[in-house]
Amino acid sequence: MQPFKILRSRSVSMPSENIDTDQIIPARFLKVTDKKGLGEKAFYDWRYDKDGRPRTDFVLNTPRALGAGILVAGDNFGCGSSREHAPWALVDFGFRAVVSTSIADIFRNNALKNGLLPIVVDPQFHTRLLKGAGEELEINLWARTIKTEDCESREFEVEPFARYCLMNGMDQLDFLLGQDAQIQAYEQEYVV
Amino acid sequence: MPATTLFEKVWEAHQVTPETEDTPAVLYIDLHLIHEVTSPQAFDELRKRGLKVRRPDKTVATMDHSTPTLPPDERGNWPFIDQLAAKQVKKLEDNCAEFGITLHALGGPHQGIVHVIGPELGLTQPGSTIVCGDSHTSTHGAFGALAHGIGTSEVGHVLATQCLLQRKPKTFAINVEGALQPGVGAKDLVLAVINKIGVGGGTGHVLEFRGEAIRALSMEARMTVCNMAIEAGARAGMIAPDETTFAYLKDREHAPKGEAWDKAVARWKTLRTDEGAVFDREVTIDASQVEPRITYGTNPEMSVGVSETVPQPNTRSDERALAYMGLEAGERMQGKKVDVVFIGSCTNSRIEDLREAAGVMHGRKVAENVRALIVPGSRSIKEQAEAEGLGDIFREAGAQWREPGCSMCIAMNGDQLQPGELAVSTSNRNFEGRQGTGGRTLLAGPATAAAAAVTGMITDARSLQGVEYATV
Ligand code: SF4
Repeated sequence: MQPFKILRSRSVSMPSENIDTDQIIPARFLKVTDKKGLGEKAFYDWRYDKDGRPRTDFVLNTPRALGAGILVAGDNFGCGSSREHAPWALVDFGFRAVVSTSIADIFRNNALKNGLLPIVVDPQFHTRLLKGAGEELEINLWARTIKTEDCESREFEVEPFARYCLMNGMDQLDFLLGQDAQIQAYEQEYVV
Repeated sequence: MPATTLFEKVWEAHQVTPETEDTPAVLYIDLHLIHEVTSPQAFDELRKRGLKVRRPDKTVATMDHSTPTLPPDERGNWPFIDQLAAKQVKKLEDNCAEFGITLHALGGPHQGIVHVIGPELGLTQPGSTIVCGDSHTSTHGAFGALAHGIGTSEVGHVLATQCLLQRKPKTFAINVEGALQPGVGAKDLVLAVINKIGVGGGTGHVLEFRGEAIRALSMEARMTVCNMAIEAGARAGMIAPDETTFAYLKDREHAPKGEAWDKAVARWKTLRTDEGAVFDREVTIDASQVEPRITYGTNPEMSVGVSETVPQPNTRSDERALAYMGLEAGERMQGKKVDVVFIGSCTNSRIEDLREAAGVMHGRKVAENVRALIVPGSRSIKEQAEAEGLGDIFREAGAQWREPGCSMCIAMNGDQLQPGELAVSTSNRNFEGRQGTGGRTLLAGPATAAAAAVTGMITDARSLQGVEYATV
């Protein structure tokens, strides 16, 4: 995994609340047995009409979505199914961060394991970000700050361990594997 | 000893390493359930790293999401929707064989929806930690287990180490006082809870459902309640085990036997929230005020009593939801024509749900404008339903009585809505397109769904003549 330190990228806005993982990647695309190419299917039913033609009014089909790495979305983003295909699809599409006023637990966990930074901000700053769609934002994971073009900025929280792993491009499984002695001791004492 | 909650007791007992400021807790997992959709990439990771499954004896697999619910042909070939689905199922077979994991395969005596077969086999036990790459793992919390959904990376973590990295969640008591009215079920209750706390209201919390109305519920009904905890965004839902729990588990295949059973029950009896323990949040709901409920929008919070009208939208998202659903504020729900009825899913596909549906459908016919699909949660439930004569009731009514699986709950296997179709469904998600692109879902309990099937419209099942209510 590529280390995540500072990201400067343009944003796109999806102000809808409660965007669930079924919208991010519809279930019929979950029959794959690898992770490749899911970006093409991201938000499929919002992006394409029933004949498979791109809907011109959907934000990810507009020119300003090209190369945008930050998704600013409505409250309770990523609710619903635990499918990790959702962050896989967003990352494959080119996103490296999602900003909202709240982010669903399982999605947040999954995102952090795939180099996609979930950021929760206050409603006022969120409104500001939605309005500024297309502007370049700066996300500094080391300082835990997110800054707009006109230098309005906020600090955000990230679970410290996930942050450490992201900044170092480290896989969390390596840490768990390193706990082998403790796991063995626990099993001997408590597990049949 | 300070007073602690049920959740805290289970959490404490499973800490391999407690959390610190820098690192999450390492939590030991007693049971890891897997299915075909969220596991292949995790097995690939294991292979890539040359790792084994640490505890195949604590790992159980089944296939349910991509599997057909129509029977195999004479040569034993199942009618998969496409090559990809067949390949995904085959991949699970291969992975289980390679890593030595027990698999309840298609057509086998215990195949079924992962959250239905765990309890049925007695694998789901009080006080245990249970995970699955599936958000409705919360179902198992009905037994006083700490059970939650994980992503595929975490499936890999648990396969390799039998442990999960977790920050300690907060606790949230849902006190349900009073008694449910006859004809009002667990699904109605949980839809009322989600409506009250909101679709994101449980985020970061483990819910404990408690109070008189919860104690009065059967295990099947408790599973329906905990199943939907995730629809309020909660990490897990739990209910303290009691005599109802023990009676359900006794003599199940994997439940402890003989002396071990007695010891287990003694231990399980300690799994309750102590007097004076403090929850981070609490709400109280009066069960006697709950009506049969039905959703009208595109998330499970958006529900009303079946006799009510569609509420006014408050936000742009609400407006979008009503536009998608083709419903107007102020419109009555009752009497609205439906195209499809789906009775099934890990929320409502157990024997009691089928009895409830059969109680309504008995001696009636599915309305001409309706396609009704009844999909049992597992092979054993199907057999039991046949033995009880429920299968005959469904067939005689003209419903399609299918093979076990997730089916139209997630519409991965070809069982799906056509664009624009309106369905009453006993499943758990009414998201846009969840049951098929452009399909519109109204979530409700089995009685309401069955009543819609036989009348062709949204109906309060209590208004139908001669329907008997099984007491919960
Ligand atoms: S029945 Fe539906 S919710 Fe339950 S496990 Fe299957 S797809 Fe998921």
